[in-house]
Amino acid sequence: MTSVIVSSPFVAPGNKLRRLMLQVIIALLPGTLAYAWHFGPGVIINIVLAVLFALVFEAGILKLRAKPVMPHLADYSAVVAAWLFALCLPMHSPWWLVLIGVGFTMIAGKHLYGGLGFNPFNPAMVGYVVLLISFPREMTTWYLPASVSGETLSLTDALRYSFGNVDIGQWDALSSATPLDQVKTAVGQSISISEIRTSPVFGEFGGKGWEWIALGWFIGGLWLLLTRTIRWHIPAALLGGVLGMATLFYLVDPEIYASPLFHLLSGAVVIGAFFIATDPVTAATTDMGRVVYGFLIGVLIYIIRVWGGYPDGVAFAVLLANMCVPLIDYYTQPRTYGEK
Amino acid sequence: MTSRLEISRNGLWSNNVALVQLLGLCPLLAVTSTVVNGVGLGIATLITLLLSNTIVSLIRGFVRNEVRLPVFVLIIASVVTIIELTMQAMFYDLYLVLGIFIPLIVTNCAIIGRAEGFASRNPVGPAALDGLMMGFGFLVVLALLGGMREIIGFGTLFANAELMFGEGAQSLKLEINPDYSGFLLAVLPPGAFFGLAILIAAKNWLDLRPQEKTEIVAPAPESA
Repeated sequence: MTSVIVSSPFVAPGNKLRRLMLQVIIALLPGTLAYAWHFGPGVIINIVLAVLFALVFEAGILKLRAKPVMPHLADYSAVVAAWLFALCLPMHSPWWLVLIGVGFTMIAGKHLYGGLGFNPFNPAMVGYVVLLISFPREMTTWYLPASVSGETLSLTDALRYSFGNVDIGQWDALSSATPLDQVKTAVGQSISISEIRTSPVFGEFGGKGWEWIALGWFIGGLWLLLTRTIRWHIPAALLGGVLGMATLFYLVDPEIYASPLFHLLSGAVVIGAFFIATDPVTAATTDMGRVVYGFLIGVLIYIIRVWGGYPDGVAFAVLLANMCVPLIDYYTQPRTYGEK
Repeated sequence: MTSRLEISRNGLWSNNVALVQLLGLCPLLAVTSTVVNGVGLGIATLITLLLSNTIVSLIRGFVRNEVRLPVFVLIIASVVTIIELTMQAMFYDLYLVLGIFIPLIVTNCAIIGRAEGFASRNPVGPAALDGLMMGFGFLVVLALLGGMREIIGFGTLFANAELMFGEGAQSLKLEINPDYSGFLLAVLPPGAFFGLAILIAAKNWLDLRPQEKTEIVAPAPESA
């Protein structure tokens, strides 16, 4: 066997971070399109606003920190963080809500810790959680998907909503609790799952419309796996955690605990598994650690959903697991070759 | 022997209890959701510091070194009890709002810190002045933090002033913008940490500013 010894110069690998982030943006497209299809142009307005604000914040802070601005802006990491953040928001959100959230994402979530690569917490989730606990009314005004209400706001109406001082009550007829919310309320009032499932917001498996969006994230996630942007450990363990918990309790009592498929296809589980938990900066780094980390998030999501105060728990679960990452990494160091 | 000016400067700025020594953070973070709460606890702490420093300094010649800490704690606890009972008698509503944090002044490390570090080694005059200035520095930070959190969190300033100054003070309440629905984070515990961090950063920035003009700053290493 021969080995070829090559001397320098080597070909530079190019900006890997930028390629990685572009793959993520491509993978976000199917889910985002499905989301906008079902819930109207407000989704796109949120994303555009969030990305614009994020670029302004990023440039401003880099300037303040006397770092080169253009290379950091061009790596698209701010775009991805802002995009993921915007997808967490209710489809119609006032512009200042987006501004405050992106501000916390970029400043408190990312740059106060030292910028990209140093932040222990997922920046998009930091921004989202700040909004969730600070503005409960704005953050829980969700709207019905087109497949239920038969219409979505037109582009001009959605823009007026974002920028004008529109009375939210005007569109009250279109707003509704999300399927996860309805299940939570119903169980609290001891209405059984099979009764609540007759409500028009429920589809075949999860919430109507939400199932298709979850499918979109799933396709994007497969693309990320195929292009080796992410590895399988975290998504598999996370989905396994949610499905495992959901199956266990569904078998105990299907009238109190919703079906595993409902949990999988509602809320943010699929996008969380493929796009949010897999953030390479804040996730565990060893293979075994990734499995533990993903499984922990999955179990926490289920616990928060069923027994916690919020209808969905992906953001809190990810932040809690982020906190455990140093510990997980410490105890899952792989064996060095030759060592016992 | 430190001069009076230096003692005042230490207490108010360069050795500020909250911003530099970072002592007594538990009440600082817990009660500063409004200016009035902050000032209420600030005044109680100020009086405690003043009295305990004075008494500790007066008896410093009689207390054996081995038992000084228990004695200091006894003195502080007595002073706090007096203040607690006084507040209960005169400012009952404020007393209810501040709740457990008034008796907890006993455990404020700043007070035993000043008793041990300053009052037990100095004559009464400087010791009392030190207590007053340290307490005043703490009070100012509590009021500032309370103001920041109240404006951002509720959009008001000096709400509930009647708790401290009687019914006539109700008109003191300022409403910045009646439509403002509030930014809850500022009122919740994270807001206290953010607010304190901002105040500490601002103080350090003010302290470092004049030096930068004379010093040549080495260029920061660029990371590509």
